[in-house]
Amino acid sequence: MTAAQRTDPFVRNLLGRGDYAIFSEIVAPQTCVLDLGCGDGELLSWLAENKDVDARGVEMDAAKVQKAIAKGVSCYQGNLEECLADYPDGAFDYVILSQTLQEVRRPLQVMNEMLRVGRRAIVAFPNFGHWRVRLAHLLTGRAPKTTRFPHEWYDSPNIHFFTVDDFEILAAKENWNIEKRVFLDDNREVKMLPNLLAETAVYLVRLKS
Amino acid sequence: MVVSTQTRRFDSLELDCGVTLAPVDVAYQTYGTLNAERSNAILITHAFSGDAHAAGIDPQTQQKGWWDSMIGPDKGFDTDQHFVICSNVLGGCRGTTGPGSIDPATGEVFGMTFPVITIGDMVRLQAKLIAALGIERLLCVAGGSMGGMQVLEWAARYPDRVASAIPIATTPRHSAQQIAFNEVGRQAIMADPDWNNGNYYGGKLPGRGLSVARMVGHITYMSDESMRQKFGRRQREDQGIFEVESYLRYRGSQFVDRFDANSYLYITKAMDLFDLAGGQQSLTAVLERSKTKFLVISFTSDWLYPSYQSQEVVNALRRRNQDVAYIELTSKYGHDAFLVEVEEQTEIVKGFLHRVTKGVNRR
Repeated sequence: MTAAQRTDPFVRNLLGRGDYAIFSEIVAPQTCVLDLGCGDGELLSWLAENKDVDARGVEMDAAKVQKAIAKGVSCYQGNLEECLADYPDGAFDYVILSQTLQEVRRPLQVMNEMLRVGRRAIVAFPNFGHWRVRLAHLLTGRAPKTTRFPHEWYDSPNIHFFTVDDFEILAAKENWNIEKRVFLDDNREVKMLPNLLAETAVYLVRLKS
Repeated sequence: MVVSTQTRRFDSLELDCGVTLAPVDVAYQTYGTLNAERSNAILITHAFSGDAHAAGIDPQTQQKGWWDSMIGPDKGFDTDQHFVICSNVLGGCRGTTGPGSIDPATGEVFGMTFPVITIGDMVRLQAKLIAALGIERLLCVAGGSMGGMQVLEWAARYPDRVASAIPIATTPRHSAQQIAFNEVGRQAIMADPDWNNGNYYGGKLPGRGLSVARMVGHITYMSDESMRQKFGRRQREDQGIFEVESYLRYRGSQFVDRFDANSYLYITKAMDLFDLAGGQQSLTAVLERSKTKFLVISFTSDWLYPSYQSQEVVNALRRRNQDVAYIELTSKYGHDAFLVEVEEQTEIVKGFLHRVTKGVNRR
């Protein structure tokens, strides 16, 4: 259940996102999963259906929450940064944060809370060290715009710009145990020079015991 | 769907105040069919002025049930799949024992000699009815406003008998503001000379007091925006009054024909006394034994039961990692939204019940 499932057209077509395919590979069956910023519950409903997980989500946007609940996902409408404090320690097997760490106000605090309420955290984020970002910045001398970072600087939801290497340095400093790392470039796996070649990084992290 | 109200009599019911009512009648309606496993039963709990007629057409009055938009074939509470029950609350005036019933001890109408009742008493009577119908565990208990209080009470007192709960636009306890509005209603009734200390049965009803009480109620059920859109400052030329005045007077007088003033006093008091946490323990502790799956719904413009009250329940459940979905639906209809916003509620109730049904069948 590795590369085969990742390239399984069913998974790819259903979820349409490489990082989702990685999550579905990482998450063990019959576990309890919290997805922070779960959107309309696409990933969670897939995990519930295919992995029999107890799927919980947090989402701010009422219209998305409505769709998630309609799909049968246990979704809580609230702010993901504020809501984490309420959950007891070790409440979940996995806490997922997909493409959002760069948008939260205090990323380290969010990571620490994820590792408190979950036995493991799964984080996917866009790599700001990708060569296209570097090139765009170098050539234009302006805030870089790429397909992965399409926003103007003044209306971007991204408020922290960090790279694969930045995350690795933080993990070492915080004494996190990285159990798995997968790097993607347009849904293809990147095997070398991830800080330069990966558009998206997916990490499976737990606290060192 | 033509429906009829049935009545079940129980020998006695012990009340929180220590008094035992004997016997007790409970009026109820059912829709759909109980399956062989008896696992598809849903109890709908009604709001303050509701009754057992939640869905379908009453053959006598030709009127639709108060939540007919949500209960029926292929509706939110799908009667093709579920067996839906709704009963009139204890203290009510629509078939269940209340202050307008005859006290068997005296042969007279109870009136103000009716004992003080609580939301807990209402739920205990519902639990008797559910047991009598041969249902050990409900798939779901759902209701809005005071109905939501009963839902919460069910989940706290009978955690093993409720697989899921949908409290809508409700609260774990009334705030000072909610008690204040109820008190204005009660004082309006008691200030009516025709109320006569509750002894008006067979004579002139305290219609002026009761209709004023209802007018206050209707104001709290709407929002500034919905009133502006519905009435604005338009006037009724024929009567020389504002349309909103005309509307409130009409709703007030209509209410007198179908509701008992003493029931108003007793039921509003029961709502005011309700405190899910019992005044002492935290909500999290009260829900300690609960494994019930929750869907909690509130509405943006509901200022009578504001979202923070629903969120208090949701957060207590999250603190013990209980399965709780929560949404604050966008609506301009104020507290009335739980009766009006059908499309959104249908979608989420269906999705929720589908998941809960799958979980129950797997057990």
